Amino acid sequence: MNRKTFALVAALAAFGAGTLSAPVAAQQDTEQFFPLLVYRTGAYAPNGTPWANGKQDYVKYVNATGGINGVKIAWEECETGYATDKGVECYERLKSKKPTVIDPQATGITFALTDKAPVDKIPLITLGYGLAASQDGGVFKWNFPLMGSYWTAADALIQHLGKKEGGLDKLKGKKIALVYHDSPFGKEPIPLLQKRAQMHGFELVLLPVTAPGVEQKATWLQVRQQRPDYTLLWGWGVMNSTALKEAVATGYPREKLLGVWWSGSEPDVKDVGANAKGYSALALNPHGTDSPLVKDILKKVHDAGNGAGPREEVGSVLYMRGLLIQMLAVEAVRTAQAKFGKGKVMTGEQVRWGLENLNVDEKRIGELGLAGLIRPIKTSCADHMGSTSVRIHSWDGTTWKMQPDWYEADKSVIDPLVKEAADKYATDKQLKRRDASDCAA
Amino acid sequence: MLYRENGQFKTSYAADQQIFPIAQDRLAIGLLLLVAFVVMPMTGSEYLFRAVLIPFLILALAALGLNILVGYCGQISLGTGAFMAVGAYAAYNFLVRIDGMPLIVAMLLGGLTATVVGVLFGIPSLRIKGLYLAVATLAAQFFTDWAFLRVSWFTNNSTSGSVSVAGLNVFGVPIESPVAKYLFCLTVVCVFALAAKNLTRSATGRQWMAIRDMDVAAAVIGIRPVYAKLTAFAVSSFIVGVAGVLWAFVHLGAWEPAAFSIDRSFQLLFMVIIGGLGSIMGAFFGAAFIVVLPIILDQVPHWFGIPLSTATTSHLVHMIFGALIVFFLIAEPHGLAKLWSIGKQKMRLWPFPH
Repeated sequence: MNRKTFALVAALAAFGAGTLSAPVAAQQDTEQFFPLLVYRTGAYAPNGTPWANGKQDYVKYVNATGGINGVKIAWEECETGYATDKGVECYERLKSKKPTVIDPQATGITFALTDKAPVDKIPLITLGYGLAASQDGGVFKWNFPLMGSYWTAADALIQHLGKKEGGLDKLKGKKIALVYHDSPFGKEPIPLLQKRAQMHGFELVLLPVTAPGVEQKATWLQVRQQRPDYTLLWGWGVMNSTALKEAVATGYPREKLLGVWWSGSEPDVKDVGANAKGYSALALNPHGTDSPLVKDILKKVHDAGNGAGPREEVGSVLYMRGLLIQMLAVEAVRTAQAKFGKGKVMTGEQVRWGLENLNVDEKRIGELGLAGLIRPIKTSCADHMGSTSVRIHSWDGTTWKMQPDWYEADKSVIDPLVKEAADKYATDKQLKRRDASDCAA
Repeated sequence: MLYRENGQFKTSYAADQQIFPIAQDRLAIGLLLLVAFVVMPMTGSEYLFRAVLIPFLILALAALGLNILVGYCGQISLGTGAFMAVGAYAAYNFLVRIDGMPLIVAMLLGGLTATVVGVLFGIPSLRIKGLYLAVATLAAQFFTDWAFLRVSWFTNNSTSGSVSVAGLNVFGVPIESPVAKYLFCLTVVCVFALAAKNLTRSATGRQWMAIRDMDVAAAVIGIRPVYAKLTAFAVSSFIVGVAGVLWAFVHLGAWEPAAFSIDRSFQLLFMVIIGGLGSIMGAFFGAAFIVVLPIILDQVPHWFGIPLSTATTSHLVHMIFGALIVFFLIAEPHGLAKLWSIGKQKMRLWPFPH
């Protein structure tokens, strides 16, 4: 036994040393490498999996349709399990392969990578999550919270409530509760909501839920006692379905419950089913399989037996979000190629330029096969978000029904907050704002 | 053959009591330090430093601290993550609130704050033992999780609750590059490992072990349980606190309380158990096993070009890892350090087995 044990230990040690010191296989220089940080296991797997599949399917789709001006995409997945230290390990592991851009899929990992990205010259796409202040390109040169942040989300929600009540001034004296995931992700919207509360005179009740959020009895007891006129849900993963179940048990009307775009996907409502009818959430992206793009993906990727996940998952809310993230990343590479050379592999720096000069107009949206489903996205040196347009969709018991109204975040509310937070970040980190010459480059 | 003590005679007490009485061991440790301090920085890749060696060193330090409490003094603790968090947040506050605070001083102050908190939560150990004490230290874990999430003063009123540090330097030398971070961690770990080793060989260490082995008998022969237990809590929390500072400042750079969750406490406890209770080397073995092994397992399919989905690989890693833990604990309940010493014993006789 002992001798065997030793043999095993020795073999493990030798093998380990070999593995860790082995040189990373050099990829071909003719391919654009996309590291895909994903989580298909752990507490957040039900939400992480469609997101990851959407990303992967789009990569395969681009390759099936001739690549980016002929440049094929190479990719590798790395499992983070939503854990920050694992995410950092993945980032370091894939860094040597000249990554194009990274979508960390987690606010915690984003925070940890925000310091590393500028040093390694790898842009970060944090579509609809991450640091709200990072839309300020003057300080956050490498962060791109495209299409929205938690501040724009909170802003749109309050505007929506104002509309429901017949004007923002009607919110005076109302009570709005925020049931949030007690982590940076859930805390991000608070400053904006506090500002809006001051502006319109509603009372903000903060109800934190300890991660991962399977235990919310105490929280909903407070909802029952406080009886807020509206409740905003800022959850992720299992927290969302638990909150909905508790809302049902508490008898809190689902019509008064509104979620952020991370609380508005199929896994969140599936278990609650018809009981969640009337619940609404922000819809950052369209869903469904009617768009030309999704039909084409089904044909060229899934019918070819290449789909990353099951066919019925295609078109679901988070799948589409993953698709969109990957699509915008590819568009950034295209934009970069237009400047730095068509049909060439782009470096992280060049892709960063592409992300900063992204211009997805109506015509391009049509070409991409999403006509009428997303709004134009145009980034600049100062604005790394490009668009704050968002709609609301409601759960009718079986599907998410898109509402027609578009909301835009109110610049007069958001911008001062962003500038203040970005300046504070710059002071803390001893950074200087970029000057105009840096933008032109 | 190679590992013989023949002819190595000791002619003084000092020589007889040194840490490595056998010449070959001294040589091996010397070589190891040479490799760690000189060869590694020149040859290691960035990935090796950032993703493997730095986490390994920091968690080995934390395991070392925990081993003093659990392995040497027999006080089971499930609050290691909490003491790491106290160290990290205290050092952060010293750094941002006091201008010109040097990193080393902030780190030691963070450790001292963890000491105070550790002693505070160690007080119940004077009355309760074993599982009951474990639950009391668990309270420390939940309390700190709560405090750092909800009391915004600790996070310098950061709106998101996440804090970060920048521009670390020691005596003007920036701790930014992977090699600098690695060498900094390595130095700290070496200093603390040497200090801990000597502590455990001192009167204090022997008191801890006496309390661990039979507290009633220890009290009868004049060892003060209060003093022994609280010093163990203090020293352990100090080392764990410093490890927390390194984890937050050097490894993560930006962190939230989740970095020091209950999972971290369990992870460290497993390290100590697998590595070997009551052994300084065990902390390093345990950390290597728990930190490095999953990373290796994770990449095996990739190296061999086996097309496995990410999720399958991840599940397999968990299974194999769990199986290995069980296997090693069955093969040697006293941990990897014990396996190591058995190996050395065999080497002394090799190639003539009895």
